[in-house]
Amino acid sequence: MKYFGKKFITLIMTLFIVSVAAFIAFQIIPGDVVTSILGTESTPEREAQLREELGLDRPPVQRYLDWMGGVLQGDLGVSYRYSKNMNEMMPVAELIGNKLPVTLWLAAISLLLIIIISIPLGVFWAKSKSHLLDAVMGVCTQTAMAVPAFFLGILVTYFFGIFLKWFTPGGYVSYEKDFLGFIGYLIFPAISIAIPKIAMTARFLRNSMLTEMDADYVRTAYSKGCSERRVMYGHVLRNAMMPVVTFLGMIIAEIIAGSIVVEQVFGLPGVGRLLISSVSTRDFPVVQILILYITFVVIFVYFLVDILYRVIDPRISSK
Amino acid sequence: MKEFIKEFLKNFKGNKYFWAGLAMTGLVLILAVVGYFWTPYSTTQMSAAERFDAPSLRHLFGTDNFGRDIFSRVMKGVGTTVFISVLVVLCSGAAGIIIGALTGYFGGIVDEIVMRVTDAINGFPSILLGLVMITLLGSGSHNLIVSLAIVFTPSYVRIVRSEFIKLRDADYIKRARLMGVGHLRILFVHILPNIFSVFWASVMIGFNNAILAESGMSYLGIGVQPPDASLGKMLSDAQGYLITAPWYALAPGLAIVWIVLGFSLLSEGIRRLQE
Amino acid sequence: MRKKLLSYLLMAFLTMTTLGGCAGGTDESSGDNSSKEPVYGGSVVVGIQQDIDSLDPHKATAAGTKEILFNIFEGLVKADENGNLMNAVASDYVISDDGLVYTFTLRDGIKFHNGNPVTAEDVKYSLERVSGLLDGTVLISALSTIESVDIVDAKTVQVTVGSANTELIYSFVAAIIPQGSGEDAQADPIGTGPFSFVSYAPQEGIVVAKHDEYWQKGLPYLDEVEFKIINSPDTALLNLQGESIDIYPYLTDSQANELQGSFQVLSAPSDVVQALFLNNAVEPLNNVKVRQAICYALDKDSINEFVAGGNASLIGSAMLPSLKDYYVELNDVYGTGANPEKAKQLLSEAGYPNGFELEITVPSNYAYHMQTAEVVVEQLKAAGINAKIDAVEWNTWLTECYQGRNYQSTICGITCDMTPGYLLNRFQTESSKNFINYQSAKYDEVFQKAQSSLDLKEKAKYYSELQQLLVDDAGTAFIQVPPITIAMKNNLGGYKFYPVYVQDMSTVYYTE
Repeated sequence: MKYFGKKFITLIMTLFIVSVAAFIAFQIIPGDVVTSILGTESTPEREAQLREELGLDRPPVQRYLDWMGGVLQGDLGVSYRYSKNMNEMMPVAELIGNKLPVTLWLAAISLLLIIIISIPLGVFWAKSKSHLLDAVMGVCTQTAMAVPAFFLGILVTYFFGIFLKWFTPGGYVSYEKDFLGFIGYLIFPAISIAIPKIAMTARFLRNSMLTEMDADYVRTAYSKGCSERRVMYGHVLRNAMMPVVTFLGMIIAEIIAGSIVVEQVFGLPGVGRLLISSVSTRDFPVVQILILYITFVVIFVYFLVDILYRVIDPRISSK
Repeated sequence: MKEFIKEFLKNFKGNKYFWAGLAMTGLVLILAVVGYFWTPYSTTQMSAAERFDAPSLRHLFGTDNFGRDIFSRVMKGVGTTVFISVLVVLCSGAAGIIIGALTGYFGGIVDEIVMRVTDAINGFPSILLGLVMITLLGSGSHNLIVSLAIVFTPSYVRIVRSEFIKLRDADYIKRARLMGVGHLRILFVHILPNIFSVFWASVMIGFNNAILAESGMSYLGIGVQPPDASLGKMLSDAQGYLITAPWYALAPGLAIVWIVLGFSLLSEGIRRLQE
Repeated sequence: MRKKLLSYLLMAFLTMTTLGGCAGGTDESSGDNSSKEPVYGGSVVVGIQQDIDSLDPHKATAAGTKEILFNIFEGLVKADENGNLMNAVASDYVISDDGLVYTFTLRDGIKFHNGNPVTAEDVKYSLERVSGLLDGTVLISALSTIESVDIVDAKTVQVTVGSANTELIYSFVAAIIPQGSGEDAQADPIGTGPFSFVSYAPQEGIVVAKHDEYWQKGLPYLDEVEFKIINSPDTALLNLQGESIDIYPYLTDSQANELQGSFQVLSAPSDVVQALFLNNAVEPLNNVKVRQAICYALDKDSINEFVAGGNASLIGSAMLPSLKDYYVELNDVYGTGANPEKAKQLLSEAGYPNGFELEITVPSNYAYHMQTAEVVVEQLKAAGINAKIDAVEWNTWLTECYQGRNYQSTICGITCDMTPGYLLNRFQTESSKNFINYQSAKYDEVFQKAQSSLDLKEKAKYYSELQQLLVDDAGTAFIQVPPITIAMKNNLGGYKFYPVYVQDMSTVYYTE
């Protein structure tokens, strides 16, 4: 328990460092939200006015503390750039709340694809005795792992979108408007995310199974007269799945972080794209929360994986 | 001893991964080196008459929207990508060894702070971190190398650090300390050679990640500046012509896959040799 | 009928593909369906490039926002497709002889989207809001010269300004909004335009619906228009082909070629002046001979060919050819082709016989400028100038180049905003927009004369002098007015090009 407590504190500390770093970075990079809003029409007077309106005339440390105070009380602030209606700006919580489902559904579909394809593939591969098949699988998975996400995105667009015409590239429909259409569209970006991860997971599962198959208990089971089916699915797969589950945990973290590029390629209005555009418009409140959110998810998933690992294998004790 | 060498050679011969990887990586290196001195066509010379020529004997990979020979540009681009990635791995690997060794060996409050910072960088999406760094430093290959090196350093720090923690309490190190060997000597003469195999494996993975990151950044337009050829930038330019000139996107994309795949196979082969 | 359609298609095809085929202006702007009968109803999806920067018409500054808000809001006057003004909320106006008092008469029966009639109070409120009379915050700087807004009677508003300027009337395109709506936190954007605001989702787009009580009888045709944000031109092309958008107004040349036949592809000059802007204050560009050498070295014909498919209008100075009364043809001064010998000669005279290193900063979000830069680098090489591109983010460009003036040269575009004075204003020595640090006492003097002149002929004469001065000093290497090329589904018609940056959807209709 003490171990988890310590982990939790380091998580909070890491998030704090990230938010300070993001704040400092925003102080240093050229241009701020005021230059971004006023563009080439800027005059010194308009700039001063707008800075005051947005509270940017206060000293940086105070601005950071005010922002922090707000977040700790559950107030995530208001976007500098996105309007809600004519005079009100969009609250960050609402803005991200609208975009988050896109990213989460994308991650969910990708994960589903990974699980339903990689596990049978891995088992099949581990069981196969053919050298040829082994070599083919080896080359295919190595190749799949070598394709960068954006190139894969382009290939998927070309193959499914232009060649087969199974979907309209860029023809995203909002989940509020047409949920089935939304899911249908997300399948293709999800494929681009999933392919390299499927290859990775299948390899991992196969190696894990091969290790298990050499274990003593397998020989014992066979000698006791268990059928191969029983040994494979009852013992080997079950034991081999343990490390795979934790491996999948890490993949979730990678999917969340990796969706930024794929959202860009497929024109999905998810949090990744929101983040990129908010960096370029210097919409600090939005960027800060999104960075904290992504870092939190990534670290937290690793944290969960760590816990899971301990639960599964009690031999790993806390130092 | 003779037996051992025989065994080793036998392993070498039967190691398909190694040979395939070596062949692919070798081709990449040859293309890169030759491309540095000579390309079939100029990589920047434009020609209105030859825009979007399909692949042919004259232009192996066809021509792009400015009528430039894609094969020549891929040659140059491969060179740039490999060069940048090697430098990134060298810089971040060196920084990783120094920081990881010191924090792992000495521990203490500095270690705690460094670990939190590396956690933070690790949790941060690397492409985004690179983006912020480039906005801070400005675009161009030099700054790209610096940014990517900073992005990749933490992963080496972690690996080196954990190895140093493992070894610092080993008996032979304790004995060395008792004999009055200086800390620096212990760090770099006694411990460092022993973590080499672990470190080597992470360098292999790191090199591939560096290639993917470099092309990713150039794809987003913040890496190598046009008109210099770079695989990522070519790919993003080509995206607009997927229908009329699909070869334009395929050539640089497949080149990236080729480099990464060749190197993965090579490192897999080396790993098997070591076993 | 069929034959006519074919010939139109052929004509459009020829203008797109032949070398130097001059872009069609407003003449053929209505496209090849102009002969078909418009049908009322239906909805279209228009692809746009940028997100909205504000839903408040007075605070919006991005051109990409203004072009959409044009459909929702109207000023006392508004732009028409020929670059002239037409009456909108006002049915008539009179400017006093001294140019200081503007008297506007409100249009009878004009209504806001919420059904309320537009009153003199609304006009007074709107004008006071933009000019800073309301709370001291000037929202539209050109209108800060307004000294008072008086209601004469229920239909008449009198505006008194501090100084006379014949171009000020163009600024009265400022939106008229209901009294108090600028401060009402909950208000949806309400105006008098052909379409009313329905919804807006960040990063997705904005939806507008037909304003049933629009004052122009018979307009608009469409029931609903969705402006959908598409983050890259590449996806836009795929969207068009996949029929998830109906109109896309920012095609690149190669995309236009790709869509020929399956879409109506129409082209017209934009209101942007693209140039290789030279910072007159830094070495070696502070030497007029070096700047002239660069102008000689550029091969504008081939730039036009590579990036605009021959559809751009090449220019020699800072004026749009579409502003016919003011434009002077100055392409001959440095020629539109490359002249590297002349450039080299000038460079040696200037003391750079071996050329020099030039950094070209380019905002990376503009693919058009990036492509131009790639071509320019290659052309400068022939004259011995070793140029290098530095692609920067838009915000960095604004801070470092535009405001900080900390750059050597940059390729970008400046917009015209309808008034010729707007283009020329920025080259005055003291102008805050003079980011190229152009310095000419003569220019400043002539500009002052032009500003105070109330006679249009005389004004045009001064403006032509200014253009000539800019070219002679090679203040900057002007390149072209890029074309706007739009793709529209075959069963749509009525699209109008404007010399200003707007997407007027009120005249667009289905033909079947």
